[in-house]
Amino acid sequence: MSEHVIEVNHLKKAFGKNVVLKDIDFSIVKGETVSVIGSSGSGKSTMLRCVNLLETPTAGEILFHGKNVQTELEVSKYRAKVGMVFQSFNLFDNLNALQNCMLGQTTVLKRSRAEARAKAMEYLEKVGMTPYINAKPRQLSGGQKQRVAIARALAMDPEVILFDEPTSALDPEMVGEVLSVMKRLSESGMTMIVVTHEMAFARDVSDRVVFMSDGLICEQGTPDEVFGDPKRDETKSFLSRFLNQ
Amino acid sequence: MSLFNDISKVWSRYGDQILSGIANTVIISIIGTLIGLVIGLINGIIRTVPKPKNPVVKVILTVINWIINVYVEVFRGTPMMVQAMIIYWGYAYMNAGATLPLVPAGIVIVSINTGAYITEIVRGGIISIDRGQFEGAMSIGMSHFQTMLHVIIPQVMRNILPSVSNEFVVNIKDTSVLNVIGVTELYFYAASAAKNSYKIFASYLIACAIYFCLTFTVTRILRFAEKLIEGKANYTVFGSQSDSSAEIHVNTEKGGPENV
Ligand SMILES: Nc1ncnc2c1ncn2[C@@H]1O[C@H](COP(=O)(O)OP(=O)(O)O)[C@@H](O)[C@H]1O
Ligand SMILES: [Mg+2]
Repeated sequence: MSEHVIEVNHLKKAFGKNVVLKDIDFSIVKGETVSVIGSSGSGKSTMLRCVNLLETPTAGEILFHGKNVQTELEVSKYRAKVGMVFQSFNLFDNLNALQNCMLGQTTVLKRSRAEARAKAMEYLEKVGMTPYINAKPRQLSGGQKQRVAIARALAMDPEVILFDEPTSALDPEMVGEVLSVMKRLSESGMTMIVVTHEMAFARDVSDRVVFMSDGLICEQGTPDEVFGDPKRDETKSFLSRFLNQ
Repeated sequence: MSLFNDISKVWSRYGDQILSGIANTVIISIIGTLIGLVIGLINGIIRTVPKPKNPVVKVILTVINWIINVYVEVFRGTPMMVQAMIIYWGYAYMNAGATLPLVPAGIVIVSINTGAYITEIVRGGIISIDRGQFEGAMSIGMSHFQTMLHVIIPQVMRNILPSVSNEFVVNIKDTSVLNVIGVTELYFYAASAAKNSYKIFASYLIACAIYFCLTFTVTRILRFAEKLIEGKANYTVFGSQSDSSAEIHVNTEKGGPENV
């Protein structure tokens, strides 16, 4: 059995009386790309945010290489190993592309500026953003911002990257450039959890598809299983609604 | 005309004093605003610290926040002229009649007063920064303090600059109240010229013109500084498809980087 990088057991999250995640069991092995699909409001973002501890779980445990991330690990060290890419990019508005990719390295990982810079340049090149290293976020298009955000996550040398609808805020013509970066990343063996509405990406790139509904993982399996032969009614109706759009 | 005569008489007799008054006015308002900014930043940062988990730290923080609230409310809710009297004579009362040196006393009063206003400005500035900026930093493991230092405060500084400039301009005018404790700023000398020369209208006209010149100049300079800090709208793209050493200057005002 291959080792689980992240394992989520009986995760529950409530905002006041609103129980958003009811009982989530989930795990991912090294090198795996998992797509998480489901209707809006089903709790996909909340699950990712709990994994990164941007939200504190109400109950349940999250393990990173078998260690409880809330009790056995230091939050900042753990977060440095689990990158996150947001729908709204969340680049640092006061810093240029290069500085965005350096800041976490120098402050959290205590790398020297020279080392951080070299690393940042390496990943900015991988996402095709070398020409824009001294542009501020407001000077970049959405697709360019998201590529910088991916480079920022990569520059921390994470073991896992969480993507929360990384292309949902983009103009249609920019979706492709971001998805192609993510596809290459997946092929290079990065461990990725991708919340997405891009069904083609989920089908073609991921190793496993997780369908969430109403705070629960309703169904999961290989893309062929979930898209080709969904077992649950919720999955069928979600997919038919989605594919008919 | 006799008003001209009056003005030139007052100026030739009391001009030197008035000039030294201008110097004090400017010094007190610049230093007072800067220290007020530091006070405001520290308070604003403390007031926006996320709720700590440790119960002891939580109690300490609650008490500090309460003190800051009282400070802000009291100093914003009373006239600076009264604050000046209380601080100056309060110090003398508690130190057997020994008084503070006047200009430093003026700086202390203006700093504390300005700090109360800027605390609120900074807090508003921090709150108005998009949550995403914090989350972006947290997601790569940065601490709250690191995020504040490298991401939030630089943006807050830029956003609050107009309000802080405004406080500075207000201070240039409001240092005039310090004459109640005898600080020898511009108003103090204008008033003494008026009293001694009996040319009251001419004396205050001179003061008025000087205050206006000061605030007008300072406003222009700060506007210019704001523009500089706004940053260049242009940036340089390194490399091109055909020539990787080329530098292309992009003017984002005329067309986005997409048009390169
Ligand atoms: N910070 C929050 N406070 C209160 N409710 C929230 C918060 N974040 C999310 N929710 C609620 O949780 C539910 C699931 O949201 P989310 O995880 O964003 O769903 P999804 O990403 O699948 O669209 C929604 O009903 C939303 O209103
Ligand atoms: Mg979501």
